[in-house]
Amino acid sequence: MMKTLLTSTALVAALALPAAAQDYTPDPNATPGGMITVTYKDDVATLDPAIGYDWQNWSMIKSLFDGLMDYVPGTTELRPGLAESYEISDDGKTFTFTLRPGVKFHNGREMTAEDVKYSLDRVTTPATQSPGAGFFASIAGFDAISDGSADTLSGVEVVEPATVRITLSRPDATFLHVMALNFASIVPKEAVDEYGSDFGKHPVGTGAFKLDEWTIGQRLVFAKNEDFWREGVPYLDGVTFEVGQEPIVALLRLQQGEVDVPGDGIPPAKFQEVMGDPAQAARVVEGGQLHTGYITLNVGIAPLDKLEVREAINMAINKERITQIINGRAVPATQPLPPSMPGYTEGYDGYAYDPEGAKAKLAEAGLADGFTTELYVMNTDPNPRIAQAIQQDLKAIGVTAEIRSLAQANVIEAGGAGQAPMIWSGGMAWIADFPDPSNFYGPILGCAGAGEGGWNWSKFCDEGIDAMATEADSMTDPSAPERLKMWSDVYMKVMEEAPWVPVFNEQRYTMKSARMGGDDSLYVDPVSIPINYDYVYVTE
Amino acid sequence: MAAYLFRRLVQSALILLGVSFITFVLLYVLPADPVRQIAGRSATQQTVENIRHQLGLDQPMLVQYARYLSGLVQGDMGRSYLQKTEVASLIAARLPASLLLMAGGIACELVIGLSLGVIAALWRGRALDQGLMVTSFVAVSAPQFVVGLLLLYVFAVQLGWFPIGGYGTFAHLVLPSIALGIMGSGWYSRMMRSAMVEVLRQDYIRTARAKGLTRARVILRHALPNAILPIIAMIGIDIGIFMGGMVVVESVFGWPGIGQLAWQAIQRVDIPIIMGVTLVSATAIVLGNLLADIVTPFIDPRIKLR
Repeated sequence: MMKTLLTSTALVAALALPAAAQDYTPDPNATPGGMITVTYKDDVATLDPAIGYDWQNWSMIKSLFDGLMDYVPGTTELRPGLAESYEISDDGKTFTFTLRPGVKFHNGREMTAEDVKYSLDRVTTPATQSPGAGFFASIAGFDAISDGSADTLSGVEVVEPATVRITLSRPDATFLHVMALNFASIVPKEAVDEYGSDFGKHPVGTGAFKLDEWTIGQRLVFAKNEDFWREGVPYLDGVTFEVGQEPIVALLRLQQGEVDVPGDGIPPAKFQEVMGDPAQAARVVEGGQLHTGYITLNVGIAPLDKLEVREAINMAINKERITQIINGRAVPATQPLPPSMPGYTEGYDGYAYDPEGAKAKLAEAGLADGFTTELYVMNTDPNPRIAQAIQQDLKAIGVTAEIRSLAQANVIEAGGAGQAPMIWSGGMAWIADFPDPSNFYGPILGCAGAGEGGWNWSKFCDEGIDAMATEADSMTDPSAPERLKMWSDVYMKVMEEAPWVPVFNEQRYTMKSARMGGDDSLYVDPVSIPINYDYVYVTE
Repeated sequence: MAAYLFRRLVQSALILLGVSFITFVLLYVLPADPVRQIAGRSATQQTVENIRHQLGLDQPMLVQYARYLSGLVQGDMGRSYLQKTEVASLIAARLPASLLLMAGGIACELVIGLSLGVIAALWRGRALDQGLMVTSFVAVSAPQFVVGLLLLYVFAVQLGWFPIGGYGTFAHLVLPSIALGIMGSGWYSRMMRSAMVEVLRQDYIRTARAKGLTRARVILRHALPNAILPIIAMIGIDIGIFMGGMVVVESVFGWPGIGQLAWQAIQRVDIPIIMGVTLVSATAIVLGNLLADIVTPFIDPRIKLR
């Protein structure tokens, strides 16, 4: 994800974090047993952890596979996973992981350091076509494997059967988060070889559940992994995922007691009805998510190339009203980072809604009579309605925005090609891959994403800010206060240049059946979306 | 007959070739890059180019098309870009469900449409007739998405007579079949009505009445078969209409057919699946039309195949 080069080093003392330091206290009321039913509209494309990158398969893969790192359930706090402990060298470039003994794959074989090496080679080799390959760019030898001149990552070495050493080509504060991504899951070579391209339909991992049945287009059944390496979990005997279910049908079935969790959430049209009924509202868990919805202002297209114009648009948008369009399922945003992300700048108010001030800014730019531009938007509800609200807000300051409502893939294409003056990000908005502030910068605001086809649709590229970002990421401890302060500064600098209008941060609302037990945080888990299958339980 | 059949089969093959070419060109010029969909939002330019090269998407369009065709004639429909699974096996896994739903839809539109048409014809000009014709007009115009949800809400949620979506038993089949067939039943009721009205005016009907047959026997034995036959031949054409309707009905009812597969593939620009489903549907439509043309002369000897 970060393509920038190292410009400074930060010296940090070697860290050795024992597993016990960050353990999770199991729920004393949890009772083992029972199956739950979860529904999704879209079929599951694949359960291959190197490939899967969808809303619905992300948490499924998390329950079938494990990586060296993991998160404390319901939080954004890192904890060791298949690694029992790890050490980081003083220069922040060498990570030595000691593997947990006795961890078995679903096929019964014990996991070793060779599997770690194989899995990292597999996800980065171009033949795998992994959408996550770029996350591993800081591992030494990444460039060689991705251009085909090597077939293995030189930076990953098996030291002993239970020890693996990973050397980075530059310090990377996000590396431990990367090792907790699904893409870094450990897979057994023999199973991948056996199934080839169909491994995604026959997944074999070390996770809390294993795939028991998959009837294409209808259902997937996960069964509890009796040999799971974490004591006492999972509680459930299994999970049935029924696919092809419209969210509105899923809600009806939940009301009839046939479904426990509708994976796609509460349909917008039914939201007020559900929340207005106390019995149903009591079963809805609300939580933040690492999401920001924004309007991109293409700095390469006149007159959006003028700072005053971008500031004027920021001041013209009535964010409160836009959150009302989605029934208040969001909080107005002031900056690119969502409030629950480390590095968020508290106390910053952003650009206040001020149409008069916006007109003055336009006059300053010599555009007192306004101008005409285009607003691209994805064509599914509620996005066109949001685009109309934006259009009206702009009209009020004399700017005429024509709405281009297109299919998702076409908007992404127009954004990547730099053809779109303005894009409302709804339906394609950034949801963090991992809970670190850097994840909102590189691909969507940094120079790395500003090239042809990149996701930085503003085409905003400020080398000074890029250098600050690189410096922040060269620290070893991802949660060091100095590092988070640097990231806060990065986003404040970005806001000064106003390449985005941050509009809102969506809240998550997970609905569950009355029999579902477990802490609320498990139902709005920031990492296992929608819910953390490994730790929830049923009460009847 | 054999010469006719041969000519029609050649024509059909040419039509399918044309369909494949047009679909391929449309997908090629579509302003959406499948490689971006595979590579994901965090991919580097290098990753994107690697994938483009591996899939042969960096080749000129005609080369890509030729490769696709040469695979196709060997029975290889390619692999899904996103699922990595063979398209043929994905379609094969879902085709039975779609065929079942189509059969259900056809049965439904015939039973509802023909019986209503006969009733309307027998009471033509009266309030019942007018009421039925207005109803059929509503049935023809109602969006299938709305009809489907309405059926689900009333008969599955409120009354609990049928399961709320899903697949597996006969009970699962009923509501989606009605949702799919109701539009056709509107058409059929109107056509059946006019065919019936036409037949009832014929001399042989009067003769049958004159020789003292009961009204019921005249209608069931003499009028109905003659009115119904030309309509039966239209079922072949319905297959094409159903192919479109199935996309909607399958997604409302969670029916695991190829319509659902196509819909999801279109959203993700998964070209091999879109091509595969389009060709399978086009084949069904071409065969349906062919069947309709072959059956017609058996039904109506005045028509000869040349």
